Amino acid sequence: MASLTGVDLLEYQGKQLFARHGVPVPSGAHATTVEGAVAAADELGYPCVIKAQVQIGGRGKAGGIKLAGNRREAEEHARAILGMDIRGFTVHEVWVEQASQIDAEYYASIVFDRSARRPLVMLSTKGGMDIEAVAEEDPDAIARLHIDPLLGFQDFHARRLAFDAGVDGDVIRPVGALLNRLYDAFVAEEAMLVEVNPMIVTPADGSGRRGVAALDAKVTLDDNSLFRHAENAELRNPSAEDPQERMAKERGLTYVKLDGDIGILGNGAGLVMSTLDVVAQAGGRPANFLDAGGGSRAEAITSAVEVILANQNVKAVLFNIFGGITRCDEVSRGLIEAFGQMDVKVPFVVRLDGTNDEAGRELLEEAGLPNVHVESTMLDAAARVVELAE
Amino acid sequence: MSILVGDSTKLVVTGLTGREGQFHALNNRRYGTDVVAGVTPGKGGQAVEGIPVFNTVHDAVEETGANTAMVFVPARFAADSVLEAADAGVETIVCITEGIPAHDMLRVYWVLRASGQRLVGPNCPGVLSPGKANVGIIPADFFRPGNVGVVSRSGTLTYQIGNELAQRGFGNSSIVGIGGDPVVGSSFIDIIGLYESDPETELIVMCGEIGGDEEERTADFIAEHVSKPVVAYIAGFTAPPGKTMGHAGAIVSGTSGTAAAKAEALEARGVRVGRTPTEVAEIAADIARSLRG
Repeated sequence: MASLTGVDLLEYQGKQLFARHGVPVPSGAHATTVEGAVAAADELGYPCVIKAQVQIGGRGKAGGIKLAGNRREAEEHARAILGMDIRGFTVHEVWVEQASQIDAEYYASIVFDRSARRPLVMLSTKGGMDIEAVAEEDPDAIARLHIDPLLGFQDFHARRLAFDAGVDGDVIRPVGALLNRLYDAFVAEEAMLVEVNPMIVTPADGSGRRGVAALDAKVTLDDNSLFRHAENAELRNPSAEDPQERMAKERGLTYVKLDGDIGILGNGAGLVMSTLDVVAQAGGRPANFLDAGGGSRAEAITSAVEVILANQNVKAVLFNIFGGITRCDEVSRGLIEAFGQMDVKVPFVVRLDGTNDEAGRELLEEAGLPNVHVESTMLDAAARVVELAE
Repeated sequence: MSILVGDSTKLVVTGLTGREGQFHALNNRRYGTDVVAGVTPGKGGQAVEGIPVFNTVHDAVEETGANTAMVFVPARFAADSVLEAADAGVETIVCITEGIPAHDMLRVYWVLRASGQRLVGPNCPGVLSPGKANVGIIPADFFRPGNVGVVSRSGTLTYQIGNELAQRGFGNSSIVGIGGDPVVGSSFIDIIGLYESDPETELIVMCGEIGGDEEERTADFIAEHVSKPVVAYIAGFTAPPGKTMGHAGAIVSGTSGTAAAKAEALEARGVRVGRTPTEVAEIAADIARSLRG
């Protein structure tokens, strides 16, 4: 299931988070070197599983998850997996885990359902595979229940889900207990998504009872809540971010890299999205989304120009500003400053409207910047920048 | 008439003594909004340019009869501030603050639904009823009183479209920014419902964007419950899936929530969709001519 915006955790980070809330997970240890992985395997005992930790699905198929029956195999697998490339992600760390015995594979998740404004709990006995395919081919195989956030998750919710999903009678209790704890984790950690696929049913133990455990963990946390979860805030993985996106974030700008050649800057998310659309309609391909934010000052604009031009694909840049809190003269000052600091080689098209727009245009005119073109409407500006990028 | 804020608005501002809160509250007052109180815990008894400050919203309401609250406190305190205003009996709460944790908003949303009080936002530019009252950060100079009701998820895009409308001679009954977060207090449906029963509003313009299914559901609502003409704009046709486009809510996941799907749903229900802000204003002008024709 796709997540909302947030911090995506690696499997082992998700499992450690689950464990804090009593969701059963197999014992395991984290390693970043072959030696570390072998030591962890020795400690856990054999057989064990070496699992690549990357933020992408299909690890098993790519050879990123291997069973080791002994020390030699553990070393061999760790060596093969560390440094491996899985669909564009390099493996820098592994999770070594006790091998589990599996009777059945179920699926459980809790999603922050913005449309219903409630958490949505899902449970299915068809786990272990692509749940989106199950949802499409056999939607009734997934039991779903929205939870009133003011009421919280009750035992009867768990029973309804378990009976609806057709969970084996002997594991209804442990499945319910796992869901209960998963909901605790979802709320306490302020997650946008917690997903267990597969949730395994383990064979009967000495007392003749079967149990359940989370064999995988997918967790997305809410960015906005990290200020009160110091532990989770450290889990952010900056190396996974695009270097320009990271540079923008450090400067307090919202930047998303795209694959075109026209750099875009605007103020306000909606206006920037609209600017991308208008450029695309004029036949151009935007190189980025960049929201300089409300009340942008000259320094922020100068910084933004640096971020945009750090992308080598950019052949022309469009500034589309509608000043409200943002003052157009500040935007012009920032642009002039940027031209003073950098050797700008690409043409700029600037459209300024709103607060202090005339002053902004006058400043640009006086500065006489090379290859900066002022247009008066958004559509004209888009047409011009597309022309200049060709 | 207008919706949500107007001549009878008596505004209390939480976070009045903060830099941003003070700047915008005074701006709102200069526009003519009746700003009756501010709230900052521990600063009760002080005043900001003649606006009395109270320790609690309850005190402010009791002393001044405030019926509308504007929340300007930082994200970590904002949900509590909205709940405090609701508990104090304020009818309409406008929350400007951005970055409120999503789980906070789940609780706030359902508490206010149960009590019947109205929340606009969070992460929104507020509500402007031109010539009457401005509650929030919308630059009021671009707008004149008139008959077009505007509702939008975004701030600057609203100004862009409002300006295009103004250039064609349109004024506005109200302009409402509902906010770009995944969970907001008022939806397009809530606000369009208010415009439908507002006698001054003749034409409704809605500006949506990618993410969620709010626009799709609004299309159904319009077909069933709205007699006034609605013109729509959707931003984000070029946004790639899986990337957040600035607003926490603006993210396309899977095939749902794309701009094309939203435009299609609206058009299938008889709502005309402009492909650019300029075209939205042109369609509005077209409809206005036929209404007067």
